[in-house]
Amino acid sequence: MSLFHRHRGLTPYLLLLPGVLFLAIFFVVPLGFLAYQSLQSGNFDIGYSFTWAWSNYGDALRNYRAQFIRSLEYAGIATALALVISYPVAYWIAFRGGRWKNLLLLFIVAPFFVTYLIRTLAWETILSDNGFVVNTLQSLHILGPGGRLLATSTAVVAGITYNFLPFMALPLYVSLEQIDGRMLEAAEDLYASKLHAFLRVTLPLSLPGVVAGTLLTFIPAAGDFINAQLLGAPDNHMIGNVIQSKFLELTDYPAAAAMSFILMAGILVAVFVYARAVGTEQLTGTAA
Amino acid sequence: MSAVAVERRPARPNVASRAFAFVRRNLLTAYSILFFAYLLLPIAVVIVFSFNHPTGKFNYTWQGFTWDNWRYWDGVPGIRSSIVLSLQIALLASLVATALGTAIALALVRYNFRGRASTNILIFLPLSTPEIVLGASLLTLFLNLNVIFGFWTILIAHIMFCISFAVVTVKARLVGFDRHLEEAAMDLGANEWTTFQKVTLPLIAPAILAALLLCFAISIDDFVVTYFNSGSKVTFPLFVWGAARIGAPPQVNVIGTAIFVVALTAMLVNVLIQMRRSKGAT
Repeated sequence: MSLFHRHRGLTPYLLLLPGVLFLAIFFVVPLGFLAYQSLQSGNFDIGYSFTWAWSNYGDALRNYRAQFIRSLEYAGIATALALVISYPVAYWIAFRGGRWKNLLLLFIVAPFFVTYLIRTLAWETILSDNGFVVNTLQSLHILGPGGRLLATSTAVVAGITYNFLPFMALPLYVSLEQIDGRMLEAAEDLYASKLHAFLRVTLPLSLPGVVAGTLLTFIPAAGDFINAQLLGAPDNHMIGNVIQSKFLELTDYPAAAAMSFILMAGILVAVFVYARAVGTEQLTGTAA
Repeated sequence: MSAVAVERRPARPNVASRAFAFVRRNLLTAYSILFFAYLLLPIAVVIVFSFNHPTGKFNYTWQGFTWDNWRYWDGVPGIRSSIVLSLQIALLASLVATALGTAIALALVRYNFRGRASTNILIFLPLSTPEIVLGASLLTLFLNLNVIFGFWTILIAHIMFCISFAVVTVKARLVGFDRHLEEAAMDLGANEWTTFQKVTLPLIAPAILAALLLCFAISIDDFVVTYFNSGSKVTFPLFVWGAARIGAPPQVNVIGTAIFVVALTAMLVNVLIQMRRSKGAT
């Protein structure tokens, strides 16, 4: 028994060791290398050397200001759209779903069962110049005769919104589903109209879901480059497109690394502000 | 429930709240149906266009029905090997990540130890880092260490981003289960390992299975991180990316449809079993 007690103190560390070591080597250390790379100067042919080149950050912000702003803008609009689009449905499933709830949730995540790139290509088909969406909009004179949807910012934002919609809808549903129906009855007993009961009870109680959904949508959306690549024109390129091409096509590693860090820093600041506002427990609890 | 509440309440004719009640009752349902139509539309397009018979190289407009794409699903050079590689990576990555993740989840839920909070943060961080940063940082690591890109770099990348998902999935199940069962086993003389094998493992087996499936699904769908760390190897999403630049062949839709049907069937069975079980319980 004494042997057992002695080992007890070590057990959690033995359990943690392999996984944490893996994450340390292949997640934390690479971030260090990324930081190191971002302060180097030189080019691919003569090689790179570490020179505390902080100017990489200034240059990145100066040269690709438009792409940074566009990324935040597209991701912000897509997140807001996803919230507005999916809130009523999350509400409907939570309060009206009955025993079909799980089945309806399955439909919500159904897009995830189709490979990301393939469902984005499907939007390319849907929004293509001879597709029925463009034809309908043209016949309604919303779109001019030569007007198109593909290669516009509308298409990119629409693609991002669709692709990350389940990330918004699921946390919303979780927080709405947890609301105790008796709270709403109490509100109505106290002569609150249905509208007031919604605004004063349901909406505030669903806020953790709103926060989690917003983060889960905004973070991947801000770093995305697939939608901009497949549905947009070069004018619609986001910072992800620049990072991707600098790393894999232009081999301008320091600039690309600096841009990755600016993107990550921006996102971490946003997450931190959110975490402080709502409390980390709630944040990680609903996100999980 | 709501109908009762409405009757009981003294009539207060308020246009706004009555309009809201109407919206809640009918429009919401109609809206939700529209929502699901929107959500499933691209999936329908993928399935329908897997039967298309394109005349040119672009599979954008409907030309005519054919079974050929399904019959010759590997009729495009490179597609078969990309699927094989994706399956290999997904299988290995989900096994390793789930094993590592389950151990971490056990430590986090079962034990109080120094460094618990920082471990939680370490698990949470990869989930809140954009994929492009995950991919780019691994790329710089491998570049700086002169590692040759290929099967192993892809596998390492996939294990890395799957671990957190496995931890979160298993943790969710562990939190809600009865600690006394393990204590009883230990009181009866079982040591920690035996207790784990005979009591803990069977109880969390469904969560481990769920973690495996989730990791498999995430791995087989991953494009961004793989794109940064694949070298000249081509997984299925990379194949789609390459094909999209010159016009994706309908076989891409065939594979997409096949993956969708398999995943949906697995999930449907799971949901139906749950529904039957909860129906039996009430």
